[in-house]
Amino acid sequence: MSISLPALLSQLLLGLVNGSFYAILSLGLAVIFGLLNVINFAHGALFMMGAIVSWMAMNYFEVNYWVMLVAAPILVGLFGIVIERLFLRWIYKLDHLYGLLLTLGLTLLIEGVFRSVYGVSGLAYSAPEALSGGTNLGFMFLPNYRAWVVVVSLIVCFVTWYAIEKTRLGAYLRAGTENPRLVEAFGINVPLMVTLTYGFGVALAAFAGVLAAPVIQISPLMGQNLIIVVFAVVVIGGMGSIMGAILTGLGLGVIEGLTKVFYPEASSTVVFVIMVIVLLIRPAGLFGKEK
Amino acid sequence: MNKKLLGYGLLLLALIAAPFLGAYPVFVMKLLCFALFASAFNLLLGYAGLLSFGHAAFLGGSAYVAGHVIKIWHMTPEVGLICGTLTGAFLGWVFGVLAIRRQGIYFAMITLALAQMLFFLCLQAPFTGGEDGLQSVPRGKLFGVIDLANDLTMYYVALGIVAIAFAVIVRTIHSPFGQVLKGIKENEPRAISLGYDTHRFKLLAFVISAALSGLAGSLKTLVLGFASLSDVHWTASGGVILMTLVGGLGTLSGPLVGSAVVVLLENKIGEMGNGLFRLSGIEWFRTLGESVTMVTGLIFVICVLLFRRGIMGEIIALRDRMKRN
Repeated sequence: MSISLPALLSQLLLGLVNGSFYAILSLGLAVIFGLLNVINFAHGALFMMGAIVSWMAMNYFEVNYWVMLVAAPILVGLFGIVIERLFLRWIYKLDHLYGLLLTLGLTLLIEGVFRSVYGVSGLAYSAPEALSGGTNLGFMFLPNYRAWVVVVSLIVCFVTWYAIEKTRLGAYLRAGTENPRLVEAFGINVPLMVTLTYGFGVALAAFAGVLAAPVIQISPLMGQNLIIVVFAVVVIGGMGSIMGAILTGLGLGVIEGLTKVFYPEASSTVVFVIMVIVLLIRPAGLFGKEK
Repeated sequence: MNKKLLGYGLLLLALIAAPFLGAYPVFVMKLLCFALFASAFNLLLGYAGLLSFGHAAFLGGSAYVAGHVIKIWHMTPEVGLICGTLTGAFLGWVFGVLAIRRQGIYFAMITLALAQMLFFLCLQAPFTGGEDGLQSVPRGKLFGVIDLANDLTMYYVALGIVAIAFAVIVRTIHSPFGQVLKGIKENEPRAISLGYDTHRFKLLAFVISAALSGLAGSLKTLVLGFASLSDVHWTASGGVILMTLVGGLGTLSGPLVGSAVVVLLENKIGEMGNGLFRLSGIEWFRTLGESVTMVTGLIFVICVLLFRRGIMGEIIALRDRMKRN
């Protein structure tokens, strides 16, 4: 079997693109789970909202990609804050499973609403002109948009990591994850912090959605399959570490890309196979803490 | 206990009489399959406290195997049902061994991911028929003698199977094994300190639940004559969670009621929408039939926020309160 270097590199890049989405989404899931103790099933639906809101802005109001790259996360983040205030806050004291079921219900609701308007067929959204086309690197053709996705995702992931691990605000957040009641005793408004954290995690998902809009077919169901893969990523990486979530997401994207080259039939299942192997060898996950 | 027995006896009598009271046998059989599926699921979530988000794998995987055995290998229906049930048990064992390694919310995510893997395998495997599914599976002759092509014969066979399976579930819950499961659900560390190997108990509960889900899936194939991808899709796992939640988690009768409510809703929602349109004149109601997912989503949200005991759970709680007064 001979595989050309350009084909390999282009799949590798595509893998990195997908890996960037996995990284941003699993990062958001981990941050939300850390403070809220809720596994946000709606993450996929909110990712979809990020993409569709950008599409709507472009088609109805001719608002371009660059504006939506900032506006969509803010809008969807605000929507997330409303969800948190209206629904999620009632279930923090209950078993984990209710959080999952509630967000599953919200997912079906959100997807159902968009489905009744847009059906299930894909909507087209083209990349902004500044990023269309590609660059010839000599050994491969580099599509500019894909390179942009990888670079900007890495920056966002790094900034998030820095904000959580190295700043005062991040220290509050980590303290809140460990012991919310103690943090509250120090005079910090924990409920507000919880709401904002959810909004931030949701905004991250929407940001990934805007990034994905030109490369993935936009449809109300686009988040469904993705969120399950992201769950597997979270199981593999463990939710204990921010850097762990980022590295696992990127790594699995690359592995998936390579599988597409060497054994395309397995490309949709390879992440799950890796999950099985990790569960057998290291049940707590690659970056998880053994209890 | 006697009153309960009377209740189930009456339900069984009603079901025996149902075809003569104008109920459409195939539809009632479909209801029965989902009632069994939800009861099997409830055994795991309601009594062992394990949230599996991958039960579609057992329902759908077994449906394919049973269909294949009957249609391609030309085996009799009972062999198909047994093969389907064993498939469920085997898949349950594999899922269980992997998922029990992690606690709580991870358990749900792992089962969901494993079921999604099976979904992709079914999508690609040659024997499932891909997007079309496995079509026109013949009902054949039970033990080579009883012809099931007749809907009424099929109905009583299906009713018998579901009744026996339900009795197995009731027996399991009331057995010492079931009591230990409850103990694990309430307080796992204490169960461990009492010397119980909780992993083994959980795994066995998972296998029993998966096997019975497999039976439900195989029976569904036999009744309807096809197995399709929608049974392996994660929405089927979500559906069974909803049925159990609506009916009442951890109650015996809850899944029966819940599955009836959800299946009826999915089948009749279009008509209900039209009715509401006629009553209220609001145009939007007419599109209700296409928005089943939206309605199920709404029910999920309402159940979790306001109605966590479910229908039967509320009734039982009400009865207990009245007794105390």
